[in-house]
Amino acid sequence: MLQPRRLQYVHIALLTPVATLFVAFWLIPAFNLILLPLSRLGVAEGLARYAQVVGNARYLEALFNTFALSLGVTLCTIVLSACVGFYLSRFCSARHRGWLLAVLTLPLSFPGVIIGFYIILLGGRQGVIADLSELSGGERITFAYGFMGLFLGYIYFSLPRAIASFAAASDALDKALEEAAITLGASRWQVLFDVIIPGLRETAIASAAIVFATAMGAFGTAFTLSAKLEVLPITIYNEFTNYANFATAAILSLLLGAITWLVLLVARRMTDAKGALL
Amino acid sequence: MSRGQGNARRAPVALRLCVAATLFFVITPIILSILAGFVVNYPTGLKSGLTTRWIQEVWAVYGDTLARSIVLAFACLVIAILIGTPCAYALSQIRSRWARALEELLMMPVAVPGLATALALILMYGHFKGFRSSTAFILVGHVLFTLPFLVRTLIPAFANAELRALDEAARTLGANFAQRFLGVLVPAVLPALAAGALMVFTLSIGEFNLTWMLHTPLTRTLPVGLADSYASMRLEIGSAYTVIFIAVVVPTLWALQAGADALQRYFTKNR
Repeated sequence: MLQPRRLQYVHIALLTPVATLFVAFWLIPAFNLILLPLSRLGVAEGLARYAQVVGNARYLEALFNTFALSLGVTLCTIVLSACVGFYLSRFCSARHRGWLLAVLTLPLSFPGVIIGFYIILLGGRQGVIADLSELSGGERITFAYGFMGLFLGYIYFSLPRAIASFAAASDALDKALEEAAITLGASRWQVLFDVIIPGLRETAIASAAIVFATAMGAFGTAFTLSAKLEVLPITIYNEFTNYANFATAAILSLLLGAITWLVLLVARRMTDAKGALL
Repeated sequence: MSRGQGNARRAPVALRLCVAATLFFVITPIILSILAGFVVNYPTGLKSGLTTRWIQEVWAVYGDTLARSIVLAFACLVIAILIGTPCAYALSQIRSRWARALEELLMMPVAVPGLATALALILMYGHFKGFRSSTAFILVGHVLFTLPFLVRTLIPAFANAELRALDEAARTLGANFAQRFLGVLVPAVLPALAAGALMVFTLSIGEFNLTWMLHTPLTRTLPVGLADSYASMRLEIGSAYTVIFIAVVVPTLWALQAGADALQRYFTKNR
């Protein structure tokens, strides 16, 4: 009686509004985007443009920058937030945990542009690091506008959600397993590597996928920093807005979208916990 | 479950250092931006004195963005709840191939960078001038991006076996679908609905990647105005604007969160 039911008219009625919205405003525009180079430039030249863009050294460099940056940010974020989440779950009284979690997840609602601005306040020309380094007798150090600025900014906006996930996952760990391991004579390191880390594996993969996908598509932070290191979302924006190069912008968007989607797909296969991936 | 008793053991030094560094990294810029929003001259620092002049200037230039963002976020929330709740229920009930395909489609605006979605929307619908220049154009983007989060939170809640039995019981007693949906199913998933709704509001109010492409000079939102002030105004004004963002958005979110928590407590108590 409680088996999943087949598609009935009532279900079709319930699904229609969302299905219509997503087909009309996502699926059809996405196909339009794929075909746009062909319809704007003609079939032969459109296909040639596809080949040109994918083989272009400057675009590939931007893609490589974005990919490497996102990968580094993902690794750092996962290690940091696993530590913080585990700390909040295990070594914190309920009261301290409450305000710590509130402060650490405060930036969840901040748009990327605010975080870019924060990095300027820290490492920009009038930044606090520049003032401090000058006070201590050195030169004014600025790091906001290069790789370091983007790296720290991306970590800043990735941390809150990952910390919240790891705190919840650490709460859900079975403590009896750790106690059993200790009783059987395992060292603290053995417990960490053989019990705790495997227990957090699913959360780590799911969080990493989300952090990576967000970092690949992040636009606001790089936009505010107007960074010297070019990332692909900025390239796409420039092609579209400054050069009105719609076909190229469309192809680059498709490239970025396809890579991000593939990474999420692989992560989902690895966890087979579908709901966890948000 | 492990809360409270944790204090018996002290965390290893390396772990405590790591937490302290993270906390310092998150808090420092927030404090700096609040200070910078109220000092007369940022490079001189507190010595130059405090003022509310920057806040007033932001209010004069960007006041409209505040109201627009809040209205937009609430409109997005209402639409997401109205169309997302029935959709989540249907998806939790059926295993058809079409339903799985729709579930995949729902994830696309989250999986694919916002810039790509915005570009696709503009190139497809940009020539409908009335639509392109209205806030509705931004609203469409926000609903696409936030709806999946609500639906994903609701599906497991609707799939709950206990709830299914309850629904069957109501059906055998002769309740029609509308009665069961509004009288049994929706009240049972209210805590999940509240959590999902909070997510929708949070994401909509801070959305920039899509909105920067979709906005026009007459439909600027808070994040768009912020980006504009960072690019074209002095540091103090950018900071004052950031202070206003935090002063408006954070208490709103805390109030919504408190509401969601109260709902959660009420329902776990009456289970």
